[in-house]
Amino acid sequence: MSKSERPNQLFRNLNAKVASIPMVLTALVIFVGGSAWTVLYSFTNSKLLPRLNFVGLDQYYRLWSTPRWLVSIENLLVYGVLSLVFSLVIGFILAALLDQKIRFEDTFRTIFLYPFALSFIVTGLVWQWLLNPEFGIQGVVRGLGWESFSFDPLYNSEIVIYGILIAALWQGTGLIMCLMLAGLRGIDEDIWKAARVDGIPTLKTYLFIIIPMMRPVFITALVIIAAGIVKVYDLVVAQTSGGPGIASEVPAKYVYDYMFFAQNLGQGFAASTMMLLSVVVVIVPWAYLEFGGKKHV
Amino acid sequence: MSDLAVSLPAGTDSIGFEASGPRGPKPRHVFSRRNIFLYGTLIVVALYYLLPLYVMVVTSLKGMPEIRLGNIFSPPLEITFEPWVKAWSSACTGLNCDGLSRGFWNSVRITVPSVILSIAIASVNGYALANWRFKGADTFFVILIVGAFIPYQVMIYPIVIILREIGLYGSLSGLVIVHSIFGMPILTLLFRNYFSSMPDELFRAARVDGAGFWGIYFRIMLPMSLPIFVVAIILQVTGIWNDFLFGVVYTRPDTYPMTVQLNNIVNSVQGVKEYNVNMAATILTGLVPLVVYFVSGKLFVRGIAAGAVKG
Amino acid sequence: MTRLENASVSIQDLSLNFGAISVLETLNIDVAEGEFIVLLGPSGCGKSTLLNCIAGLLDVSDGRIFIKGKNVTWEEPKNRGIGMVFQSYALYPQMTVEKNLSFGLRVAGIAKDEIAKRIARAAEILQIEPLLQRKPSALSGGQRQRVAIGRALVRDVDVFLFDEPLSNLDAKLRAELRVEIKLLHSKLQNTMIYVTHDQIEAMTLADRIAVMKGGVIQQLDAPQTIYNRPVNRFVAGFLGSPAMNFLDGRLEKNDGNWHFVAEDVRIPLATYAFEKEPVPGAAVFGIRPEHVAFNSGSGWPFTATANVVVVEPMGSDTLVWLKLGNQNFTVRVTSERTPNNADTVSIGFDPMRASLFDAATGARL
Ligand SMILES: Nc1ncnc2c1ncn2[C@@H]1O[C@H](COP(=O)(O)OP(=O)(O)OP(=O)(O)O)[C@@H](O)[C@H]1O
Ligand SMILES: [Mg+2]
Repeated sequence: MSKSERPNQLFRNLNAKVASIPMVLTALVIFVGGSAWTVLYSFTNSKLLPRLNFVGLDQYYRLWSTPRWLVSIENLLVYGVLSLVFSLVIGFILAALLDQKIRFEDTFRTIFLYPFALSFIVTGLVWQWLLNPEFGIQGVVRGLGWESFSFDPLYNSEIVIYGILIAALWQGTGLIMCLMLAGLRGIDEDIWKAARVDGIPTLKTYLFIIIPMMRPVFITALVIIAAGIVKVYDLVVAQTSGGPGIASEVPAKYVYDYMFFAQNLGQGFAASTMMLLSVVVVIVPWAYLEFGGKKHV
Repeated sequence: MSDLAVSLPAGTDSIGFEASGPRGPKPRHVFSRRNIFLYGTLIVVALYYLLPLYVMVVTSLKGMPEIRLGNIFSPPLEITFEPWVKAWSSACTGLNCDGLSRGFWNSVRITVPSVILSIAIASVNGYALANWRFKGADTFFVILIVGAFIPYQVMIYPIVIILREIGLYGSLSGLVIVHSIFGMPILTLLFRNYFSSMPDELFRAARVDGAGFWGIYFRIMLPMSLPIFVVAIILQVTGIWNDFLFGVVYTRPDTYPMTVQLNNIVNSVQGVKEYNVNMAATILTGLVPLVVYFVSGKLFVRGIAAGAVKG
Repeated sequence: MTRLENASVSIQDLSLNFGAISVLETLNIDVAEGEFIVLLGPSGCGKSTLLNCIAGLLDVSDGRIFIKGKNVTWEEPKNRGIGMVFQSYALYPQMTVEKNLSFGLRVAGIAKDEIAKRIARAAEILQIEPLLQRKPSALSGGQRQRVAIGRALVRDVDVFLFDEPLSNLDAKLRAELRVEIKLLHSKLQNTMIYVTHDQIEAMTLADRIAVMKGGVIQQLDAPQTIYNRPVNRFVAGFLGSPAMNFLDGRLEKNDGNWHFVAEDVRIPLATYAFEKEPVPGAAVFGIRPEHVAFNSGSGWPFTATANVVVVEPMGSDTLVWLKLGNQNFTVRVTSERTPNNADTVSIGFDPMRASLFDAATGARL
């Protein structure tokens, strides 16, 4: 084992290792370290500054008995389920319509996708204006003579979350449509021909042949939408600031407000840990299906 | 069996076949039920998608009296650019009254270095992962990708502490670092996959020719992968320009990016609401990503398809 | 102009264009009941397009299509009485083999016991009974192709359309399935229209071959006729491996006898059967490498000496590349008689087996 024959393992590929330092630091310090740090401090009673003063699960008990957090969770569930369903359904239908060898396909695709280029802040502010009860859609319809028409989601705590949903769908369905369209285009032309020779009507072909074949695309879309749902923050801030009252609060906003306004870091950490937990619940089964299964093929 | 290459004159019929009957293309009506349904649906949906953009533009060109009287869909009777000027240079946030211009320049000063830094780091890193695999590299890469799904809220505060320790909290440089960190997973994935798809022989030939790590990167990989760099630039410019959360957490009022400045102008509780100024400000903020979108076309679609994983 | 009285499939004046591009032009074919027709041609010549028109998957631009005497030009594919087998199999991936076979029948509302009967029959013919409960992903390429054929079989139709069904398989499997398709045809006696660009498939399977080029049928004949008496230079060159030898030269009449002359090579054409009375002028002389005798002395209507350029042993026989005059010429010889490079050898052949083409039009003389 002379040195000249076998160079030190540490210095093999040295350049590549140097180039990977930012990745290693980010992975270890920020993603692993940062998450662990937050989880650890969620068990303390940190207020204005982080302190290692452990209080067990106190922060979590308090979290789950705070009405604002409960409203946030309820909103997230309603918003999450609905945006998942509508994004997938609308995205798929639009993609299927665009896939009918139509003219001006590029124009339509450009129109459906442009909102995705806009930030949530811009989206939220536009829809805040459109849903303004005095001057917006409600005002216009009333102006047309239908005096009793009522559509003011942003001022009605019962339905405010649907107002946010409308804006979110406007912004995000274009992306899902694009994914679905790519999926539809990836399907072998011969499958369509075989189905036609077999005499299977278009709707049945979609339901029983095409959609099952697009399972991977649907799963990807699902993960994308789900990851977006948990993070929803800017849109609410811009559109309603959580109001009226606390009717449109969401967890991400709860975290931010407790960390930077209420000066109750412990609550913020506990709430963000709950967010982390919910993502883990979604991601782990998906990662298992997506990557765990592939190794056996 | 001699009918090859000999064609019947049109209309001639041979014995044994119906004299008339369908011939040529099946007649199709431009206004068939299918087409009416198909194009009808698409046009209605397209109008719905365009409506907010239209309302934004129309509102921003009206004066306040006209907004109070008319409806939001009607085109302006009297076009005025006053709201645009005001939005740009003198709208108030409650803290200052110099409009969006301050936010715009902040955003430029954040976006440009962030895009360059994040792409430089991620492309070199992706290249190292694709072509110079070393032990343990994949482990860190998996952590990085999984990390992309962690809600930012979980990591916000630890980063505040780190930035404060190194004295960059509240500065533009601090935010640039933050953007580079959070852009890393998706960009690294993008570049790693792209470099892996390039033929291995190329890389081997260059090594035989004596080129080293940086030589191959700059002289072979970089010139051959311009499209993916464009995709990455599109992805990062729109993503960083549109960011709100990091901007509001890691900067101070005088360094706020455009999105934060916009939100503060529109949602400021002081004074009378000037809807036309608000909409002008909103368009101004959306303009940069919109221009990127309309100019880049198909590449944008590729970029977001790649970036979609980011959520 | 003769037309088959009881044609199973009859295509009349069929044209098809995609926008400005014309793919098929006033094409006519009659396929007899129970006949096996192979459409052969280079890539992009419109074979698949023609098959898709027959199936009703493409809307024709002009002309008519009859199947079993019925004008089906505007019919939906399912009502045409056809079954189709695709190159990529096009099996529904999430359904078992049995479901794949039965899906179309179930949608058509056919009775359960009838479906079961048909599937049992198809499975037996194709020997896929043990595979019925498997998904396509768990089948080999050959098995998938059998299932794809089964899907056409259960439709109980008169006309089978195959679009390069074997081209995704490896050489050995392809040979096996080729035999099976031939057996299937003799068992079922259906009309079959089969697209391929593999000439061996075409030669072995077809009752008649239609050689296509640029959307036009060049020749429609029995395989042996196509091979031995190609109607033009394209057909002559397309079929046969190694390809036919072509010599550029002139037709001349000396002392009342026709000769083909290429510089110092003079080939007497006394034994050649002209299509019509020849005229002097530029021509191309074609002869297949296996029709040339090698070092076998005199006694041939034409003999010559030539230099060996390259020798390619191919196992069963050897291909010898020669220079005849200054033109390339190949000869197929048995392995034992292989010469060495740069040898001078003698060759001979009978022009009876050759083909002469007009140099300008390429048509057979
Ligand atoms: N949808 C289309 N639009 C325009 N041109 C087309 C279309 N489909 C096919 N073509 C053209 O028609 C010609 C014939 O195509 P076709 O698929 O019939 O060829 P083929 O003989 O089956 O070739 P291969 O052996 O490669 O399958 C090709 O030149 C092709 O480019
Ligand atoms: Mg084809």
